[in-house]
Amino acid sequence: MKGAARRALRGAGRSSEGAVFQVAAILLAFTVGALVLYVSGYNPASAYVAMLGGAFGDVYGVGQTLTQATPIVFTSIAFLVSSKAGLFNIGAEGQFLVGAFASALAGIYLAGLPWALHIPLALLVGAAAGGAWGLIAAVLKTRFDAHEVITTMMLTYVADYLTGYLSNYPFKAPGWVSQTVKIGASAELPRILPPTQLSAGILVALALVASTAYLLRKTILGFELRAIGLNPSAAESAGININRGVMAAMLLSGAIAGLGGACEILGVHRRFIEGFSPGYGWDGLAVALVGGLNPVGSLLAAILFGALRSGGMIMTRSTKVPLDIVIILQGLVIVFVAAPTFMKSLLRRGRR
Amino acid sequence: MVELLDVINVGILAAAIRMATPIVYAALGGMFSERVGVVNIGMEGIMLTSALGGVIVSYYTGNPWLGVVAAVAIGGLMGLVHAVVTVRYAGNQIVSGTGLNVLAMGFTAYMSQILWGSRGASESVASIEDITIPILSDVPVIGPIVGTHSPLVYLMPVVTAICYVVLFRTPLGLHIRAVGEHPTAAETAGIDVVRIKYMGVIVSGMLSGLGGAFLSLSHLNLFARGMTGGRGFIALAALIFGKWMPFGVLEAGLLFGFADALQMRLQSLGILPPQIILMIPYVLTVAVLAGVVGRAKPPSDYKPYQRE
Repeated sequence: MKGAARRALRGAGRSSEGAVFQVAAILLAFTVGALVLYVSGYNPASAYVAMLGGAFGDVYGVGQTLTQATPIVFTSIAFLVSSKAGLFNIGAEGQFLVGAFASALAGIYLAGLPWALHIPLALLVGAAAGGAWGLIAAVLKTRFDAHEVITTMMLTYVADYLTGYLSNYPFKAPGWVSQTVKIGASAELPRILPPTQLSAGILVALALVASTAYLLRKTILGFELRAIGLNPSAAESAGININRGVMAAMLLSGAIAGLGGACEILGVHRRFIEGFSPGYGWDGLAVALVGGLNPVGSLLAAILFGALRSGGMIMTRSTKVPLDIVIILQGLVIVFVAAPTFMKSLLRRGRR
Repeated sequence: MVELLDVINVGILAAAIRMATPIVYAALGGMFSERVGVVNIGMEGIMLTSALGGVIVSYYTGNPWLGVVAAVAIGGLMGLVHAVVTVRYAGNQIVSGTGLNVLAMGFTAYMSQILWGSRGASESVASIEDITIPILSDVPVIGPIVGTHSPLVYLMPVVTAICYVVLFRTPLGLHIRAVGEHPTAAETAGIDVVRIKYMGVIVSGMLSGLGGAFLSLSHLNLFARGMTGGRGFIALAALIFGKWMPFGVLEAGLLFGFADALQMRLQSLGILPPQIILMIPYVLTVAVLAGVVGRAKPPSDYKPYQRE
């Protein structure tokens, strides 16, 4: 039984032709985006050149691109881990927010600790809170058979309003802005490329990419999760405890998203500000798919989405093209990666 | 000290019915989609795009009703896109819906900027006037609650009833339910599964579009960036809370509409944090899924259907 499962896994791991399809989806999205720009009276070429130049043209651009990419690396890996176990955790945004808020509290109230203790502790608190939030959906699934797509989505809104309430009432800093006070200096993740906001969070993200690849390929837990994802009943008859696997996957997925929220607070904002996330959690789903559900692919796709955000701002300043073209491009990429068979039939037609 | 009756008055009940309207339309739409086995989480984006489309048509023609027609048509078109991706190409339903939401968010703000020079809001346009029902509006207590509303509000229970009749009293409804519950058996019985699926998803887009039109052409008279404010997702919650049944959806929509109205009222009075009230629909839905407030089981398993 285990042998059969292993053979099935090996076959599913190969995705070199997948990369062609991801790149095709991105190119098609940019083509349609160019059409939108052209029809509305802008020059697509100069807009894209300005975007590319803004995102990668100088050290500052690269720094801002990586800053924007960092949180999305976490949320996409969070989605990826759950999807390997056949779960669709679309609530990374909620887990990200809960983790962010918890780490802000740890940053504020544990001030005075040496930084070598304070930073890891605050990161851990963020991960634990995100993991706990993810675990709620796992319990609802294993005990009550509630579909995780719906529960994680609903719990994201609960998290959004909950952290909104907490930063507006009990933990609100004096003043008009809905935010907490600053975290202690000992909890601040260092900025590694001033004057950009790029923080050591990117290093945590890189370590996460490597350890996720290791976890999925080389550990028993990773093997079990992938076996559950590919064929739950075969996994069960091979002696894998499905419920335990679902719990582990959601705990891990939520913890990764929560860790991302913690890095964003400790490294970039240094306090919890209501509405600080422009939807990093939702981006994670798209980025994981554009990256072909592969950790390194996630990293590359996150850099693409980060570049769209940072380059888009430069583009708007220099060419007056509305910034929202960036969101249109993201939406198009997502729609195109949703339908692999459509892209494949398009590619086949193109070759003829 | 604020008295309970200062908060729960006829004004808030009238507002609850108003705020329920877009939720109920979208949720009824979602019901058709889910009953043919396709989850449509793109309803939020469809509502938003239709809200903009309705305003554009009303802006250029001066006729808000033409705007409503356009909004419904745009919703149907976006439903068609979702159907092509998920039914024809067996793509992932959640990913497609998410894509539509993101696309709509970007596209509507982009168009608003191009047309009116502001990503924040459009200029105001001709909108649908409220009507007053002659005798009903004079009845004490009930009159002020249900006597004066937009025609689209009065249409809501009618549409709900039509949905009920179609779904449970016609052969088409039988086909719809069969396709969702057991596509293979439906195909064997000679039902064109793919056609019914397309129909269900397109109807979900059209009704979501109607909900969007209510927001921009009746509740307000302009398009504002992100004006749906998560109502497409609330509709999804109402659909589950209403257990995928037309009148259940209507009740759930009214309950969530009440939460929305209550939240606005409490915010203006400043006595309870609005976030707590805004959270309620989502918490209730999770509770329903956990079986705390009655069991909810979806009508299909949402797997893409492939002919053998």
